[in-house]
Amino acid sequence: MVQFTLPKNSKITEGKTWPRPVGARSQREYRIYRWNPEDGRNPRVDTYYVDTGDCGPMVLDALIWIKNNVDATLTFRRSCREGICGSCSMNIDGTNTLACTKAMSDIGGPIRIYPLPHLPVVKDLVPDLTNFYAQHASIQPWLQTVSPTPQKEWKQSHEDRQKLDGLYECILCACCSTACPSYWWNSERFLGPAALLQAHRFIMDSRDEATGQRLDNLEDPFRLYRCHTIMNCTKACPKHLNPAKAIAEIKRMLVERQV
Amino acid sequence: MMAETSSLERRVPAERPLSPHLQIYRPMLTMMMSIVHRITGLANYFGTLLFAWWLIAAASPNGYAKFQWFASSWIGRLILFGYTWSVIHHMLGGIRHLIWDTGRGFGPKEREWLVAANLVGSIAITVVLWIFIILTMGVG
Repeated sequence: MVQFTLPKNSKITEGKTWPRPVGARSQREYRIYRWNPEDGRNPRVDTYYVDTGDCGPMVLDALIWIKNNVDATLTFRRSCREGICGSCSMNIDGTNTLACTKAMSDIGGPIRIYPLPHLPVVKDLVPDLTNFYAQHASIQPWLQTVSPTPQKEWKQSHEDRQKLDGLYECILCACCSTACPSYWWNSERFLGPAALLQAHRFIMDSRDEATGQRLDNLEDPFRLYRCHTIMNCTKACPKHLNPAKAIAEIKRMLVERQV
Repeated sequence: MMAETSSLERRVPAERPLSPHLQIYRPMLTMMMSIVHRITGLANYFGTLLFAWWLIAAASPNGYAKFQWFASSWIGRLILFGYTWSVIHHMLGGIRHLIWDTGRGFGPKEREWLVAANLVGSIAITVVLWIFIILTMGVG
């Protein structure tokens, strides 16, 4: 449902300013969204100062520096620190991206960090992605076949394999889906760019034999057609994939099979 | 230990807040143009009412005089100018979406070019059209 304003319990209030690092030669200001499920208060934005001389270059480095040196209660997801696990996705400087591959030098002024947009917050920068994962599962992201299993492997030509480039690299960080206004308003029924990119990945796979059923499943006013080519998804993708184009391809295939 | 467990059990979990969205997302040109496409689509409905009024008014001399009075007032002119732009903008937006529906124009340069051309084109066509109208029909 379209609701432009935040519910009462989600309104952001004034936070606290934490002390500046002592003896730092260069500092960066961070304004970070905080919400603690245990203190009964509304979310707030805290201000931190990071000693950039004592810290790595990426936004994730700064978050870890804050957690180690200023405020151990700051909560966020992270794992690989090299853009392959998709854990540290968040809204940085107004767009969704991975904290580990976003250099703080690319951002001017105070660095504002929020959790991925329009999701229930578990704590601080950790959102609840249950619905997002369920939608990914709903497109059945595995190869489906009816022909008898070959003696060796399912073979694929180089050309057919190349059709999966730009699709298989998705790390399911949810930056695209949670950047999409259509997904904000219809996340219960619209599958969102990430799940649709994966749907396209299996539709395009020459080894998959369930293309018809996959298209049937997507031929729905909400699941697919809530995409209005807003392009926030493609602009946000930290892996430089193009979900908007993948969705357009699915729409085109649905038209083509009618004629 | 026992007391601690029971106090944990008694604690009602706080209802999770919704993370901010429109409030914090950086406005993107393609995103703003999508919103403008919606707004012009809606505005065209109201503009069509004006068009219907014009047609109905044409049936009677008295009614037509009323329409002419409205159409030549400055507020009427402004609304007509806005309606012209709205129709042209929405039409060019339709062409933009038609191109995207063919699977083309999704590259980082093409998509920005398409939205920019939509905006600049609609303003340019509207202004040129109105200059033409004023020059040929005079300001009366």
